[in-house]
Amino acid sequence: MADRFESVAQVVERLREVDYLSDTSIAGVVFLADKLGKPILVEGPAGVGKTELAKCVAQITNSRLIRLQCYEGLDEAKALYEWNYKKQLLKIQAGKDNTKEWSAVEDDIFSEEFLLERPLLAAIRSEEPVVLLIDEVDRIEIETEALLLEVLSDFQVSIPELGTITSASGKRPIVFLTSNNTRELSEALKRRCLYLHIDYPTLEREEEIVRVRVPEIDDALATQIARVVASIRNLDIKKSPSISETIDWARTLIYLGRNEIDPETIGETLHVLLKYQGDIQKARKELGVDGPTSPLRGTASR
Amino acid sequence: MTTAGDTSTMFDAFQGFVHELRAAGLPVSMTENLDAMRAVEYIPLDDRESLKAALGATLVKHHGHWKVFETVFDVYFAYYSKGVNAGDGDDEPSGDAEGMSLEEMMAAMDGGGAMGDMNNEALAQMLLDALMKMDNEMLRQIAGAAVSRFAGMEPGRPVGGAYYLYRTLRQLDADGLVNKMLQQAQESGDIGEGAYDDRLAKEEFEARLKILKEMIEAEIRRRLVADRGVEAMARTLRKPLPEDVDFMHASREEMQHLQRAIYPLTRALAARLAQKRRRRNRGTLDFRQTVRHSLSYGGVPAELKFKHPRPHKPEIMVIADISGSVASFARFTLQFVYAMQSEFSRVRSFVFIDGIDEVTSFFEDSDDIAEAIHKVNTEANVVWVDGHSDYGHAFEMWHKAHIMEVTKKTTVIILGDARNNYHATQAWTIKEAQERARRVFWLDPEPRGYWDTGDSIISEYAKFCDGTFECRNLRQLSKFVAAVVDAQ
Repeated sequence: MADRFESVAQVVERLREVDYLSDTSIAGVVFLADKLGKPILVEGPAGVGKTELAKCVAQITNSRLIRLQCYEGLDEAKALYEWNYKKQLLKIQAGKDNTKEWSAVEDDIFSEEFLLERPLLAAIRSEEPVVLLIDEVDRIEIETEALLLEVLSDFQVSIPELGTITSASGKRPIVFLTSNNTRELSEALKRRCLYLHIDYPTLEREEEIVRVRVPEIDDALATQIARVVASIRNLDIKKSPSISETIDWARTLIYLGRNEIDPETIGETLHVLLKYQGDIQKARKELGVDGPTSPLRGTASR
Repeated sequence: MTTAGDTSTMFDAFQGFVHELRAAGLPVSMTENLDAMRAVEYIPLDDRESLKAALGATLVKHHGHWKVFETVFDVYFAYYSKGVNAGDGDDEPSGDAEGMSLEEMMAAMDGGGAMGDMNNEALAQMLLDALMKMDNEMLRQIAGAAVSRFAGMEPGRPVGGAYYLYRTLRQLDADGLVNKMLQQAQESGDIGEGAYDDRLAKEEFEARLKILKEMIEAEIRRRLVADRGVEAMARTLRKPLPEDVDFMHASREEMQHLQRAIYPLTRALAARLAQKRRRRNRGTLDFRQTVRHSLSYGGVPAELKFKHPRPHKPEIMVIADISGSVASFARFTLQFVYAMQSEFSRVRSFVFIDGIDEVTSFFEDSDDIAEAIHKVNTEANVVWVDGHSDYGHAFEMWHKAHIMEVTKKTTVIILGDARNNYHATQAWTIKEAQERARRVFWLDPEPRGYWDTGDSIISEYAKFCDGTFECRNLRQLSKFVAAVVDAQ
């Protein structure tokens, strides 16, 4: 099977076609993941487009996106596969009068028919090309991480009753793991992955993102937005505005019919960017803008 | 040199690179090394950015290690960086620079080229123009010319280049440049009137200046590498990882990095501890719940229900020395403890030099820890006589006012180097605290080897502590805090 991409530049370009603005490091890692057949571990602050990257890569490679949302307590039965025991019970009951050998029954009820596919197994067995997204992998416990290791390094699963199941198409899917860094992932997992840290974008990139995502915006406003946001990120605050919040802000400004940002506008709409009262106050003070004076006040200050 | 050919030299270069990363403290495993080797096969070597991305993705698995990686990369792959070749606009990756000595390079740059015979004023004007237009190519050339002209590099000196950077920047009047840019922008009407417009413009110009600085730094580094060789240069520039930076000797820049590292670290730690606490030993059988659930199994108690254990959270009393010698350590520790507040039922803090003052309210009144710390340093009433550490007197005062508030739930944490300026120890206060408290810990920011030397009297107090810990960097600090929460 042919590789998905030819060069890093091509990845940048293709991602751009689906409105995802990447840079050399993002595209470089995606390119390598395809070449080396290794999963990508994506870390970074919330809202910089980690999950979005996986979705866009799925889109440009014409692959199905299979998503495994992680949470505390996720186990094999939810991530890999499970036997449909209700159906198995029915089968046994239905065959009660039959004089079948027990071993035959056993073979029967531990077959394909009674297997419930969960995301990881589905990704391995899929005939069509797949992008597998394991979201917020830092939420599962260390012990559960071990479950991922076999899948990620060899892309196969051992089911005791059926044997080892390997990738159907012979082509490894691109795998993304995202982490919000609430805990340190194990070295074993990290070793198997390519590592990508997505940070807040540069001024220019953010400006472009705003332009691409909010097409009705005019260029001057996009520039201004990017500059204000960059300036706010420089402040020492609890939670810096994410890219998605920047986009929300741009949309808010458009709805409000503002073509230009003046201090008053910032004061009124700062709550779209910042979610902590302390942060909002600090930003107001630092940027020298006043509090809201419009009817928006009620929503703005809370 | 760049694409085809000499694979074995290339391989050696990469191995040297990986070796240096390991020496700098990055945990690069065998597999990761192999991955990197495989990765570079797919990357055209003259594409420096992609090469960096590829090596970074395979070798660096912690974001905190990226800076160290970057420095090493810049040194090892300096030849592949876009250099300034005699200012003639030729920015081929200068693979041939290897063969040139520093003098030759300098001569080449001083002599020929568009900027060789320009005077300093003209160069400054050109720089300003380039910065206003943010013309990267132009800036890079000017950076090269400026280094040749101003840095005064001498071959053979075992230096890291900070001094050369300083000299070049001073000659270019880097500090004044932002104002000049602002002025020019205002004259041309590019920025508005408001205070915040000024601020935005200023920030943007500062960012541009930073790019210029980085270019100059890269240029200096490139020449130094040519002069001194890769290994020697890398050794000079080797810096500790953020978690290993010593509190007591951190530079201002390192301090800022530490500051930024604290919050994510505490968040991760708190999450881990909360999870552990929830999962540890389940409580006693919840009879009512069990019977209730047995109904769905026809009265068979198939599923046992347990009460949720509610382990109590420790109450913390931090007593911190904030005299000059250990101030930064105390600040970090307080910040750390307060960032972890959710893991404790109550945190009270006291700071002292030779007098003592309670500062709990500073932290409770403001949700901004950094601001509270600032208040502690400026407003707390901690000087009794002369403002030199007097542990004995401070402890005595604390004992008098607060010993009754220490209960079996309290964990007392004392921060300081126990350098008592030969005053009385009053160690009995700590003894009494230990009798009343759950535990008493002492954190000392000095290396263990220095303990009990000079006027350090830590072992006098250590007798009455449940543990004394060397706590010089973030790694040790987070280990300690985890242990305190865990030990409940």
